[in-house]
Amino acid sequence: MSAAPEIAMHDCRKAFAQTLIELARADERIVAVCNDSVGSSNLGGFREEFPERLINVGIAEQNMVGVAAGLANAGYLPFVSAASPFLTGRATEQIKADIVYSGANVKLCGQSPGVSYGELGPTHHSIEDIAWMRALDDLPIVVPADPEQTVEAVRWAAEVEGPVFLRIGRYKVPSVSEGQVPAFRPGRAEQLTDGDDVTLVANGTMVTVALQAAGQLEASGIRARVLNMATVHPLDHESLLRAARETRGIVTVEESVPRGGLGGAAAEFLAENQPARMRLLGTHEFAVTGDVEYLFDRFDLTPGGVADAARNLLAT
Amino acid sequence: MSAGTITSTQPPCTTSADVRDLALRIRLGALDTIATAGLGHVGGDFSVTDILAVLYGGVLRVDPADPAWPDRDRFVMSKGHAAASLYTALALRGFFPESELATFAGPDSRLGGHPNRRKTPGIETNTGPLGHGLPVAVGMATGAQLAGAGWQTYVVVGDGEIQEGSNWEALMYAAHRGLSNLTLFVDRNRLQQGAGTEETNALDPLDEKIRAFGWETSVVDGHDIEALWAAIRAPRDHGRPVAIVADTVKGKGVSFMENLAAWHHKVPSAEQVELARAELMGARA
Repeated sequence: MSAAPEIAMHDCRKAFAQTLIELARADERIVAVCNDSVGSSNLGGFREEFPERLINVGIAEQNMVGVAAGLANAGYLPFVSAASPFLTGRATEQIKADIVYSGANVKLCGQSPGVSYGELGPTHHSIEDIAWMRALDDLPIVVPADPEQTVEAVRWAAEVEGPVFLRIGRYKVPSVSEGQVPAFRPGRAEQLTDGDDVTLVANGTMVTVALQAAGQLEASGIRARVLNMATVHPLDHESLLRAARETRGIVTVEESVPRGGLGGAAAEFLAENQPARMRLLGTHEFAVTGDVEYLFDRFDLTPGGVADAARNLLAT
Repeated sequence: MSAGTITSTQPPCTTSADVRDLALRIRLGALDTIATAGLGHVGGDFSVTDILAVLYGGVLRVDPADPAWPDRDRFVMSKGHAAASLYTALALRGFFPESELATFAGPDSRLGGHPNRRKTPGIETNTGPLGHGLPVAVGMATGAQLAGAGWQTYVVVGDGEIQEGSNWEALMYAAHRGLSNLTLFVDRNRLQQGAGTEETNALDPLDEKIRAFGWETSVVDGHDIEALWAAIRAPRDHGRPVAIVADTVKGKGVSFMENLAAWHHKVPSAEQVELARAELMGARA
């Protein structure tokens, strides 16, 4: 990643795994369900401490999700942890029928989403997961921006009754909510900078990019409001309404396809309630071959790309 | 995994004759339910009826007054399209009034075209899309195994739906875990919606395939109450999940429906309902 070396980088996957272990120590209902993804989900520590409570079904995502639904029926609290493209893509109908429609108390944790698998290509990129999950009836969708938010989102997911989709980033990110208490409030956006010229709405890995873009914009006299919209569903309508009323345009930034994603969600809501001028940034097509940094450049998911989109929006 | 209050959880039938009577009442109830609604899947309802009668009449420990009783036996009807017979079996066991069957598939009814656990008492998981019930049942049995709980999990899959790959994922994993607390019934009526299973995508030799996956298997006449009951009660000290391939007849009990794919979801006319009822009653008399 292109972040300056002096910025401390943190690992959301480790925060997820450690929090799950801590929760499991206190709540014997918690089980981890995975698809040969012990390594990629960082579940090695969980397996060591709770070998019986790690349910590894092998490379079989449909069965993985069905088994999780059955475990919930038996009184357990399953956290399904698997690479997001295969969890949400291969098992979409199981998530729909067995989990969401059935109201099963299962937490779906999509690991390594977006283009984080870089050179492995579009088969392994998970840029459609938000759109697929958003189409399901009232499924809460949370995309934490940093380890602090990840910890609190996992704790919240364990407490709330019913299904939740958590999207856990693969690579290390700077903290954007250090010292902020609480770091995560379900259904609420966190306003990270004040500004009345333009609003940058981002989540997950793109929050840092939006903050850096806001810095670039400030240098050219444009004050940007940055919203960390960690919850994609239910969306924080109030923050969006204020952004639409108080600033001259909204740029959404996400590591996924905006159609059906955060951008689509914001645009749908505002179109009906407070039409605003918008730019929806994200991955608009199957990626070419390249590492993550290169792909972000290609999709303008960089501080410069976001700042340019904001300037362009204000100029037209 | 606390023990619940044990009230009226024992199955009501003590003899095969009782179960046969229950099977007749399920068929008559499903027939009326489908005729009243003007839709349903009568062929598959009648092929699975005797399995349902054995389970709800003689096997399942469930509590209609407390459908979420933690220590209840679990039953999953993977072939959710046979909802009319399932709802009738639930009503006869006391989960809701029989009169409610007349609302089947009607506006805002709790009894939808496919089962919904969030609406219908006694339903464990929502089914309808095929290949979903067995993985969920494997999860239930895994839960009981983890908890050291004594309750059992039973699941019925249609034979056609075994063409769905998710079943084979679940068959593998159930054997891997040694889930001897899990019983799978295959409603082997040899017909899927459009044609025979063997001409569509052949399943035979089905019991051998499932056995090769690590299950204890048997093949029984799926309309022979004693045979079904005995297969369920067979000792479980082998440590393997149990599959009972139940040879059945689609539309069983009504001669003009039997073994015809057309009766997968054809709705009988008023006259056909009378003929069917008379034949079902006559066979039991």
